[in-house]
Amino acid sequence: MGSVIAFWILAALVVGSAVGLVVRRNPIHGALFLVVNLGGVAALYLMMHAEFLAAAQVIVYAGAIAVLFVFAIMVLIPGKEETGPDPLRAQRWLAVPLGGFLALEIALVLRSTVFTTSRSPATVPGGVEAVGRLLFTDYLFPFEVTSFLLLAALIGVMALTKRKAS
Amino acid sequence: MVPESHYVALSAVLFVIGVVGVLIRRNPLVIFMSIELMLNAANLALVAFGQRHGTAQGQALVFFVMCVAAAEVAVGLAIIVSIFRMRRRLSVDELSLMRW
Amino acid sequence: MLPLISFRAIAPGMALAATACLLLLLDLLPTRGRKDHLAVVGLAGVVLSMILSLGLWGSDERAFNGMVRLDGFALFFNLVIGFATGLVLLLSIDYLRRQGMESGEFYILVLFSAVGMTLMAGAGDLIVIFLGLEVMSLSLYVLAGWFEGRLEAGEASMKYFLLGAFASGFFLYGIALIFGATGSTNLDRIAVAVAGGAARDPLLIIGFGLLVAGFGFKISSVPFHMWTADVYQGAPTSVTALIATGSKAAAFAALLRVLLSALRTVQPDWAVLFWGLAVLSMTAGNVVALAQQNIKRMLAYSSIAHAGYILVGVVAGGALGGGGVLFYLLVYTFTTAGAFGVILLLERDGREAVAVSDLAGLATRHPVLALTFSVFLLSLVGIPPTAGFVGKFYLFGAAVRTGYVWLAVIGVVNSAIAAYYYLRLIVFMYMREPEGSPTVLVPSLPAGLALAVALWGVVQLGVLPAPFLDLAQAAVIPLLR
Repeated sequence: MGSVIAFWILAALVVGSAVGLVVRRNPIHGALFLVVNLGGVAALYLMMHAEFLAAAQVIVYAGAIAVLFVFAIMVLIPGKEETGPDPLRAQRWLAVPLGGFLALEIALVLRSTVFTTSRSPATVPGGVEAVGRLLFTDYLFPFEVTSFLLLAALIGVMALTKRKAS
Repeated sequence: MVPESHYVALSAVLFVIGVVGVLIRRNPLVIFMSIELMLNAANLALVAFGQRHGTAQGQALVFFVMCVAAAEVAVGLAIIVSIFRMRRRLSVDELSLMRW
Repeated sequence: MLPLISFRAIAPGMALAATACLLLLLDLLPTRGRKDHLAVVGLAGVVLSMILSLGLWGSDERAFNGMVRLDGFALFFNLVIGFATGLVLLLSIDYLRRQGMESGEFYILVLFSAVGMTLMAGAGDLIVIFLGLEVMSLSLYVLAGWFEGRLEAGEASMKYFLLGAFASGFFLYGIALIFGATGSTNLDRIAVAVAGGAARDPLLIIGFGLLVAGFGFKISSVPFHMWTADVYQGAPTSVTALIATGSKAAAFAALLRVLLSALRTVQPDWAVLFWGLAVLSMTAGNVVALAQQNIKRMLAYSSIAHAGYILVGVVAGGALGGGGVLFYLLVYTFTTAGAFGVILLLERDGREAVAVSDLAGLATRHPVLALTFSVFLLSLVGIPPTAGFVGKFYLFGAAVRTGYVWLAVIGVVNSAIAAYYYLRLIVFMYMREPEGSPTVLVPSLPAGLALAVALWGVVQLGVLPAPFLDLAQAAVIPLLR
C-alpha cells in the first residue's frame, strides 16, 4: 500500500514537472523542472529495484546533463524570453491534434495490452551485479561502441570550440 | 506492489508531453530539454518492460541510452552555443525549423 | 558467459575506427597548417576497409551474441559506404583549404561517421543500430556546421541536430515498445516473436511506427524531410554529399534489415505504409524541386524524391526489390557524390557558385566538366545508358513483378516530371550565355580523381550492370533465410 501511494505521488511530481518544463516561458525555470523530473524518475527506478540506474540517473542526468543545461542557459540568455509574435503560430496549433493523436494512440495500446497482462515486479534481478554481468557479456559489443560514441562526441565538441579560438 | 503497467503508462504520458514540448516551443534549449524528456520516458518504459519480461536487459539498455544522451547534450549544447555567438537571439523559428 | 568475440566480423569497421584514431595522433604532428596527409591516410583506411570487405565476401556469421552480423548484405553496404566516404575525402581536400576551414578534425569526423554507418549496416540488434546511428549523426551534426561564421551553416547544424535528436527520441521509444512486445531487441528473436503472434500486439505496431519515423528522418522521406533542404544548402558541399549518400545508404541498410529479417512474415502490412511514404516522397520531392533556383536545394529535393524511388523497392521486398534497393543506393552514391563534386569546383566572384544561373555558358568554357555534370544529371533523370536508368528499371520492375503496378506507374510519371529540372541545368550549361563575370573552375587534382571515379561508376553500372546486380541480389539472400 505504501508503495502505491509513493508511486502516485512520484507520478504526479514527474508529470507536473514535465508540464512545467513545457509551459514555463523562462528556460531557467524549465531547467529546474527538468532536474525535478529527472530526480523523480530516479526515485521511480528505485521503486522498481533498479538501484544502479537510480544512482546513474542522479549522477549522469541530474548531476551532469542538467547542470550543463543550466550553464548554457546562464551563459547564453540574458533573461531573454520568447517574446514578439510567433511567425509560425498557425503551424503550432498542429501540435495540439498531433499530440492528442499520439496520446490517444498510446492510451489505446496501454488499455488493450498492458493493463491486462500486469505482473508484480518483484521477480527481477535488479541489482548492480545483474546489470554489470549483462553489460560485459551479452552487451559487450554495444558497450565498446559506447566508448567510441563518447570519443566521437568529444572530438566533435573540441572541433566546435577550437575553431572559435582561432 | 505497483504493477509495471503503471510505469509504462506514466512513461507514455511523459513521452507525449516531450513531443508536444518540441512542437510548441521556440527556444532551442527548451526544445532540447523536451527531447531529454522523451529519452527519459523511453528509459522508464525500458525498465518497466524489463520487469515485465523478468530480465535485467531493460536496465542494460537504459545504460546505453544514458551514454547517448550525455554525448548528445555535449554536442548539442556546443552547437547551440556556437550559433548563439553569431547572433544574439536564440529562437528557432527565425531559423524556420519546419520549412518545406 | 562471454560472447563470441570475433574481430573478423567487425574488421571493416575496425579498420575505419583504427584509422580515425591514427589520424587523431597524426593531427598532433606539427605540419605548418597543411592537413592533406590526414586525408590521404584516411583514404588509405577507407580503401583497406573496402579490401577487407571484399576479402570477407561470402561469409555469413553472427558474432557478439547476435549483436553483429557479417553477411553479404553488410559487406555490400560497407562497399557503398566506403565509396561515399572515399569520394568525400577526396572532394574535401582542396575545397576546405579554399574556404579557409582546413582542419584535421574534419577528416577524423568523416571517418567517425563512416564507422557509425558500417555499424548500422552490420547490426543484428536494435540497440546497435541506435548506437551506430548516433555515432554517425553526432559527427554529421558537427560537420554540417563546419563553415563557422556563416549564418546558414550554423542554422544547418542546429536544425539538423534538433530535428535529428527529436527523431532519435522517436526511434528510441519505438525500440522500448518493441522490447516490451517481444522481450528482446535482437532482430532474430523479434522475428521469432513476430512469427509467433506478437505481430498483432498494438505495442509492436506502434513501436514499429515510431521506429519508421526515426528512419524516415534519416532517409529524408516525406513527411520527415523538413530538415533536408536547409541542411543540404547550409552544410559544406562535400559534407552535403556525405549526408546524401553515406548516411542515407546506412539508414536504408538498417531499415531494410529490420524489415526483411525481423518483420518478413508481416510484409503485406508494412508494405502499405511504405507505399504511402514512397508516393508522398517522390511526388512532393519532385514538385518542390521544380521551383528551386539554388542547385544544392534542388538536389536536396531531388534526394527526397530519390528516397521515394528507393522506397518503391522496399515495398516490393524480397530478393528482387531488396536487390534493386542495394543496387540503386550504389548508383545513387556515385551519381550524387559526382554531382555535388562538380558544384564544389565552381566559383563565381570568389564565392561558391550554387545558383542555377551560375551554370550559364559553362559548356563553352569548361566542356569536359559540363559533359561530366551532364552525365550525372542524366543518371539522376534515369536516361540510358547511364546507371540511373538501370537502377530505376530494376526498382520499378521489381514493383511490377510483385504486383504494385500503380506504384511503378507513379514512379515513372515522377521521373518524367523530374526530367524537367535536371535538364534545365543542362540547358543552362549549353544554351545560355552568362551575364556578368563568368563562373570559373577551380582546378583540384584530388577532386578530379573523385569525379573520375564517380564517372567510372555511373558509366560502368550503366553499361555493364549485370555482375553488380547479381552481387546486390546475392547480398539480400542471407536476410531472407
